[in-house]
Amino acid sequence: MPLTIALLCVPALLGTSLLALVVRRSPQGYRAVYGISLAVSLLGLFAALSQLLAGAEPSHTVLPLGLPWLGAHLRIDALAAWFLLIANLGGAAASLFALGYGAHEPAPQRVLPFYPAFLAGMTLVVLADDAFTFLLSWECMSLASWALVMAHHRERDNRHAGYVYLVMASFGTLTLLLAFGLLAGAQGGYAFETIRAAPPAPLFASLVLILALLGAGSKAGLVPLHVWLPLAHPAAPSHVSALMSGVMTKVAIYGFVRIVFDLAGAPAWWWSMLVLALAGVTTVMGVLYALMQSDLKRLLAYSTVENVGIVYLGLGLALAFKAQGMAWAAALAMTAALLHGLNHCVFKSLLFFGAGAVLHAAGERDMERLGGLIHRMPQTAFAFLVGCVAISALPPLNGFVSEWLTFQAVLLSPELQSWGLKLLVPGAGALLALSAALAAACFVRAFGVTFLGRARSPAAERAHETDRFSRAAMFACAAICLVVGILPGLFIDALAPAVAQLVGDRMPVQTVAGWQTIVPIVEGRSSYNGLLVFVFMTAAASLTAYAIHRVASDRVRRGPAWDCGFPDPSPATQYSATSFAQPIRRVFGTVVFRARERVEMPPPGSPAPARLSVSLQDLVWDGLYAPVAAGVGRAADRLNHLQFLTIRRYLSLVFVALVALLLVLAIWP
Amino acid sequence: MDKFSFDVAHMLAGSLVLVSFVQLYQDRIYALLNVFALHAFVLALSVAWQAYVHDAPHLYVTALIALGFKAVVIPVVLHRIVQRLGIHREIETVVGIGPTMLAGMGLVALSMVVMLRATPEADPLAREDLAFALSVVLLGLLLMVTRRNAVSQVVGFMSLENGLMLAAAGAKGMPLVVEISVAFSILIAFIVIGIFLFRIRERFDTVDVRALDRFRGERG
Amino acid sequence: MALIFDLAVQGVQMLLVLALAPLLTGFVRKVKARLTRRRGPSLIQPYRDLVRLLRKEVVLAENASWLFRVVPYVVFAATWVAAALVPTFAAGLIFSWSADLIAIIALLGSARFALALAGLDVGTSFGGIGSSREVMIASLAEPAMLMIVFTLALIAGSTQLSTIATFMATGDVGLRVSLGLALIALIMVAIAENARIPVDNPATHLELTMVHEAMVLEYSGRHLALIELSASLKLLLYLSLIGCVFAPFALAGPEAGLSAYALGAALYVLKLAAGGFLLAVFETSIAKMRVFRVPEFLGAALMLGLLGTLLLFVSRGL
Repeated sequence: MPLTIALLCVPALLGTSLLALVVRRSPQGYRAVYGISLAVSLLGLFAALSQLLAGAEPSHTVLPLGLPWLGAHLRIDALAAWFLLIANLGGAAASLFALGYGAHEPAPQRVLPFYPAFLAGMTLVVLADDAFTFLLSWECMSLASWALVMAHHRERDNRHAGYVYLVMASFGTLTLLLAFGLLAGAQGGYAFETIRAAPPAPLFASLVLILALLGAGSKAGLVPLHVWLPLAHPAAPSHVSALMSGVMTKVAIYGFVRIVFDLAGAPAWWWSMLVLALAGVTTVMGVLYALMQSDLKRLLAYSTVENVGIVYLGLGLALAFKAQGMAWAAALAMTAALLHGLNHCVFKSLLFFGAGAVLHAAGERDMERLGGLIHRMPQTAFAFLVGCVAISALPPLNGFVSEWLTFQAVLLSPELQSWGLKLLVPGAGALLALSAALAAACFVRAFGVTFLGRARSPAAERAHETDRFSRAAMFACAAICLVVGILPGLFIDALAPAVAQLVGDRMPVQTVAGWQTIVPIVEGRSSYNGLLVFVFMTAAASLTAYAIHRVASDRVRRGPAWDCGFPDPSPATQYSATSFAQPIRRVFGTVVFRARERVEMPPPGSPAPARLSVSLQDLVWDGLYAPVAAGVGRAADRLNHLQFLTIRRYLSLVFVALVALLLVLAIWP
Repeated sequence: MDKFSFDVAHMLAGSLVLVSFVQLYQDRIYALLNVFALHAFVLALSVAWQAYVHDAPHLYVTALIALGFKAVVIPVVLHRIVQRLGIHREIETVVGIGPTMLAGMGLVALSMVVMLRATPEADPLAREDLAFALSVVLLGLLLMVTRRNAVSQVVGFMSLENGLMLAAAGAKGMPLVVEISVAFSILIAFIVIGIFLFRIRERFDTVDVRALDRFRGERG
Repeated sequence: MALIFDLAVQGVQMLLVLALAPLLTGFVRKVKARLTRRRGPSLIQPYRDLVRLLRKEVVLAENASWLFRVVPYVVFAATWVAAALVPTFAAGLIFSWSADLIAIIALLGSARFALALAGLDVGTSFGGIGSSREVMIASLAEPAMLMIVFTLALIAGSTQLSTIATFMATGDVGLRVSLGLALIALIMVAIAENARIPVDNPATHLELTMVHEAMVLEYSGRHLALIELSASLKLLLYLSLIGCVFAPFALAGPEAGLSAYALGAALYVLKLAAGGFLLAVFETSIAKMRVFRVPEFLGAALMLGLLGTLLLFVSRGL
């Protein structure tokens, strides 16, 4: 039954795309499109929840679509249901936000038709049960999102972003195609059932892991495959950015989990080392990049890279434990990873909505020209603050829960046998801790520079609160952040079937512990109770406030800022985004980004201004992509003269190629 | 061997690694010399404890030599040299402290894994001691590599030698004759280096070893 | 009945930390003054300051937002809850399982997050300089702290502070290199987190050398009182933490009698006094370092923590 409902969502969304073609020019058309998308997403959410909460058996169906001898295999199991939940939750929130935000879209005809198709693609990837359907819907997702990235194609940056995205997406699909080819084997059993029944040989399985890491990793944004992500995600309209960061990266992670944990058979011992090393680098690099950005949406995109790294860290630990036969520990790591997937979807959507509201209200996403928005957009500011606290992994919100679980999983790993892992895991734990602390710094900066202080431009001074649909979407996300943070046990239990399906064991049942305490292994070893912490904090804060106001003093006087006696009225004297990051840039950036500061001081007496210039280098781009791009350019130059041959020469080229192929065929044993 | 004596030996050897790290962290010459004295002191303690545990009196002699020469005589003499050379204000490292410490971590991890993997059957104390000793040797080398100043390089060399002593003591002690001859050769090396230092200084007016490189470059 | 008693013990702990925190601050100040041959303010001066501040009106900057007024309460609540969960005179309090050591660190992180935001709220340059340096220091201190937690958790087999303290008290641990490393690293982190010399100077108002004080420069009246009290609580928290892990003597067990509690409390006060005295001696004997030396200092703490964890990971088979 849930499968039928979920499948009905797909044609409904595709139909909405067609409807969008009709109503694209009408001023109220967006309401119809986003309204239907919202309703369909809620339906999908219902399907996912009913599958998960009922703990139903996987259900399976074959539709006579696609390849005639294969058909379209579709299946919903606990893992698919969990990601269906994430996809539709993100989809519903984005549609609700867009009900208000869509009114400000300058080119609705370029957004409306692709938006439901994008949602449909993501839903279908999760439900696919054969390689063909999976890749087809994966491409549908990629292309629809590419079209959305190119919605504002008149801006030069966006065209560049679209180009890089297209190249990387094609690369990713190619590697996934090869991975599935290896999985299917010589007989070409493309249905997942067939693959599961006959897992590939160890060598092929290892190749599949590498290909899946490249393909799904490039979509999810693993360093060094992340380069397209911070370009493409911010270029799209904000609700689409939310979907891309919050949901599409999760769908990519789903692809990785499905291939590696479900289809590729038993993991080899070194797989986890590869995944852990990449994940550790990704978390820290992602957040360091984010700290260097002054564009709010790009900052959020880089922070997505960081969070994807955290999820992969959990997955890497799960792989390590699974390979060593410690299924109970693998269950903990896997739960942490999957829960962080949901959490990131919620708070990243919230933050992108906030960035969209700011972008509309002030017409700016450059933080250096914002500031003081908390006075003009108090509700948006509050919701954004909740998102910032959640993503910085601070209690009592949800980000902390999943990172806490990941730390607990790291602490289980001295039992591992492999020496490499013994060295790698504490290092990965340290990187995770570093990235958590840096993320807090990053979001103090993002919130503080954007919403606090004084307005840095006239546009920021004239900003206004956003519409009620957008606010509703943001507050809904904020509420989910709180609920997952204080009642994590419910979600861990809901996840248990998916985890059990992947690693063969599950975490202990959480809801029996009473008072919503989560106990990952045994009591006395570690436990955390978000609800109590939240209640204690709220009670302590409000009691203190009440007592002080009642007994001591509640008088307030407004006056000019003190600032050690020399307040300067110019907003330019505030700390800006760049200056806020300066200490961290000096500490970490000199190595990671080759950050250099140059001070040009005019000679005494000269009225010329002094200048401070900062240069940063993106070593990943310069070291990896620039040589490849240059190589491709050189090769293209070499081949350029092929464009200027005569007809006879072209024909002879074709002829020679044909004969060569025939020769190969003749010689082949 | 009972748990307590194992713990103490382990603790002392570990402290030697820790003091090696403290050496890496110092960028002033006097501080470095003081830490080196501490290094030798911890070594002496460690060796003395081994002597006590294994009931090997000749190791007490080793400990005394370490204490007398390395913890007192050499640092004092080096202090004097630094003073006479007038380089006590110099601060320099080739690489920053952060990367140096990171590299040091890597070296310790490496030596741990190599040693513990290579000697699974050996006596646990000897295993751990060897692993720590290798770390100290590698950290001493790292100190020599990351410094320019000839005095710091001498300190690096000496702390490297301390690591060797630790290894030797852990391997149930070496004959006293070997011990004394090692100590003597170190002394000779020290005197040679001392004279060498003054010669460099006279010739180039600095003890920065880059001067030697430049000099060779001119000739070659 | 037992439940009520347990609740009462937890309540006593909450009030005890609140009551002792200013005294500890006063004691450290007094010792520092004595060491520099000054007479120093009386021990209860911090209480007087707090009362005075609480009764004064608040002067808010014109463009201070609601966040600015909420933050002191949030900071205070988070620090207080964290301090109430660290074993002081007794381990295994009734709520001790609700947050383990990682969660306690994260609670302090929440407090710092809020305070750093407040520093940016008015839009002055001093607030900004304080906030940006604070998050830089935190970005190294927090991972260092987590590495220390890892070391302790691997030794004791638990991240639960009560369990760790009880385990340490049994004496099964012996001497361990990792513990030594963790202790040194923890002291370094505690110094940085509490804005003490050589990282920051709690007494200075020399503009360019202060971090914590710059961040709270715009606060006054009851808000300032709460922030000062939170700072004292944090100092007390770290000293209790060091005490309960590295000197877990006479820590009363979960079902101890009144006499055990009394003994625990007496020894706890002694531990605090010893810690405060050592801190004062250390602070008097060392000079403040440049801000950009702090990352090296904390980086060393992080390395020590990591080294401790690594040693445990590698040599676990012994």
